[in-house]
Amino acid sequence: MSDLRTELKQSIIVQLNLEELTIEDIDNNDSLFGDGLGLDSIDALELIVLLEKDYGIKLTDPNQGKEIFISINKMAEYIESHRTK
Amino acid sequence: MNRGVAITGMGIISALGNGVEANFNALIASQDGITFPEILKTKYTHFPVGEVKTSNLDLETELQLSDEHSCTRAALLGIIAAKEAIKSSGVTAKELLTTGFISGSSVGGIDATEKYYLEYDKSTAHHQFIPAQHPGFTTNKIAEHLNIKGFTTTISTACSSGANAIMLGARLIKAGELDRVIVGGTDCLTKFTLNGFNSLKILSEEKCKAFDDSRNGLNLGEGAAYLVLEAEHLAKNKQILGRVLGYGNANDAYHQTASSETGVGAYKAMRDALEIAGIAAEKINYINAHGTATRNNDLSESNALKQIFSSEVPDFSSTKAYTGHSLAAAGALEAVFSILSLQNNLIFPNLNFSKPMQESGLLPITELKNKSVNYVLSNSFGFGGNCTSLIFSKNE
Amino acid sequence: MSRTIYITGIGAISAQTEESVFSEKSVVYTSNIFQAISPNFKEYIPAMALRRMSKAIKMGLTAVKMALQDANVELPDAIITGTGEGCKQDTEKFLGSMLSQEEDLLTPTSFIQSTHNTVGGQIALNLGCSGYNVTYSQERASLESALIDSVLLLNEKPSLNSVLVGGVDEVSNKITSFGYLNGFLKQEEIENLSLFSHKSEGTITSEGAFFFNLTTENKKDSYAQLKAVSSFNAESPIEVSEKITEFLSRNSLRPKDLDIVFLGKNGDLDQDKVYDELQYTIFPKTCQLAYKHLSGEFNTVTGFAIWLSCLIFRRQQIPDILKLNAVPSSNPKNILLYNLASNTSHSVILLQKP
Repeated sequence: MSDLRTELKQSIIVQLNLEELTIEDIDNNDSLFGDGLGLDSIDALELIVLLEKDYGIKLTDPNQGKEIFISINKMAEYIESHRTK
Repeated sequence: MNRGVAITGMGIISALGNGVEANFNALIASQDGITFPEILKTKYTHFPVGEVKTSNLDLETELQLSDEHSCTRAALLGIIAAKEAIKSSGVTAKELLTTGFISGSSVGGIDATEKYYLEYDKSTAHHQFIPAQHPGFTTNKIAEHLNIKGFTTTISTACSSGANAIMLGARLIKAGELDRVIVGGTDCLTKFTLNGFNSLKILSEEKCKAFDDSRNGLNLGEGAAYLVLEAEHLAKNKQILGRVLGYGNANDAYHQTASSETGVGAYKAMRDALEIAGIAAEKINYINAHGTATRNNDLSESNALKQIFSSEVPDFSSTKAYTGHSLAAAGALEAVFSILSLQNNLIFPNLNFSKPMQESGLLPITELKNKSVNYVLSNSFGFGGNCTSLIFSKNE
Repeated sequence: MSRTIYITGIGAISAQTEESVFSEKSVVYTSNIFQAISPNFKEYIPAMALRRMSKAIKMGLTAVKMALQDANVELPDAIITGTGEGCKQDTEKFLGSMLSQEEDLLTPTSFIQSTHNTVGGQIALNLGCSGYNVTYSQERASLESALIDSVLLLNEKPSLNSVLVGGVDEVSNKITSFGYLNGFLKQEEIENLSLFSHKSEGTITSEGAFFFNLTTENKKDSYAQLKAVSSFNAESPIEVSEKITEFLSRNSLRPKDLDIVFLGKNGDLDQDKVYDELQYTIFPKTCQLAYKHLSGEFNTVTGFAIWLSCLIFRRQQIPDILKLNAVPSSNPKNILLYNLASNTSHSVILLQKP
């Protein structure tokens, strides 16, 4: 279970060039956007591709991202129930 | 008083056809040029586009280019449109030697780069296209072919490039720096831009519906258009098609790609254009809106329109549903449409519209409308927050 | 009537530093492609914004902040950018993925940042500047086009307090290396300082960003007056001399009134012939300087020469490493920059000591 979360943190750091951060800096409940990690709408589009590439989850409406990319925990839960690979 | 800068010629090629007349006929027949990609080779054949249905080879044959030429598609389209503009203004070969050329392009010849990129270090066959992806290269090819020798430059401000080129040309004439200048823009469909806009999830799988409540993205297009601008002493003996009366340029400074909800940049660009034109907002008879049909642009533009035209927004439409969004060429294509509107006292409809946006309630013109048109405002907004508005007027 | 325009702030990032040029300790490079010396970008740009930026954006934005700081300006009225090749690193990234992934699973960041107005847009965004904003991309005349627009703008609106104008170009892995294939770069790897002694085709290249704060207000501590900028077509060296002479006379000067001529020689056998001829015909008695052996050749590199000219005015010192001839210039007042943009396209910039 926690492996997926660690894996997610690692890919987010790499994909979004968060060079200043390490896995330890991101709490599973930290909000990813706004006051938390401070990600923005361009990052959201990057995360949509990440879902598809790594977990075979295809979001048709970019707005769906808003409910999924809340925190590492929320993302992991979504992936666990929807992943195709 | 401000008489604006005389427009003595124009030329265009778009998905609506080759030449001013073909474009005009399509506009008044409400006949769009939106189809699926055939000449552009991409796996995304389900995205509608405004494609010029003439292959590069046919364009090259039409222009009688030699085998060693290095014109990419944007240059080919540009040459065709600029030639028509030169002809319609009656500019001679000798005059071209001192005529300026200002062209807008966003991706230049990247269609060649994406075709040959992986081949360059294996074979010398296409090395003449190595520098083609840089916008200036395309401009230089057009100028070279037509033997235009005056001040030449390229503006690359994404989707507002063509409009900015017109603005710069008008300013240089006003300042007395140039007597005659050809201004406009060119861009062709490429895999690069189609995939780029797809990665941003703003391409529609249907024909685009600008300002509609259910709009869901844009259709890309391609084309080129140029105007000939001339100083008074040269224009006075010619037929003047219209005038560049005002222009405004501002930056939204909000986001890399998205427009601010309030449309700060758009508002400022329109405000400045009205100020330069020296006319009140209510004088505008028609607005050729940027109207790309993305959720974001149309909301932002609507808010800016409501703000600047506080009492009543004038008749407006987006012609993107006819041509697709031709990026750097868009402002130039739409300048030609604006002049056609002035010349014929017609307002071209905003196709595919059915329901006003909830947030604004604004209703574009949806059927060809005949009315006296003296002043047209044309908007062009782009990535990087670049916003430009132009005002065209009749020659009076 | 043309107004007097002053350069009141500069930000320059290149393969050299002020120290390396003026203390005669030029940085030596042994490859024909070399990179600019990066300042600590984190001092200028917040980390969250920095993370996505390619070198061109980082250099451009940092040079802007340096120029504004130098001119003591918080918010410019206009931002005018020149870039010949734009954001090649991001173009290359997006193009590479598109081709290798066959148009599948592409992410937008590199596409967004591939447009030529990315740097100009990012500057506006970062400074919150909603004023006039244009980007020129006219190969080797990109910065000159931006300068021409800024002179025009300051003449239209003399009340503008600050027009920020500059040029930026970056090196990228693959696209820059194509220069070896089409004759732009020398086939043999050379040491940059020996550029002018290699009689072969091609040149060396690098990257940089140069931004200048312009105003019509004569501040006591301005670097230079930007007297005039022009870009023109000419077919032969004779026509070039004629056009340069005309340009000077429009500015009430004759060639012999110039104290320094800064030539854009780049070591390419063919192109340097034009400069060679000018050196012997109209500028034989003028102090002749060159700079591309220090900076490399790239589309907006005349920014490097403008920067050096400003420093020469201020420091009253001409580094030996720049000199092409032995004509002295003790108190230079008029500097002409001449650059060849293509075989038939040329540009000149006239700077005067304030």
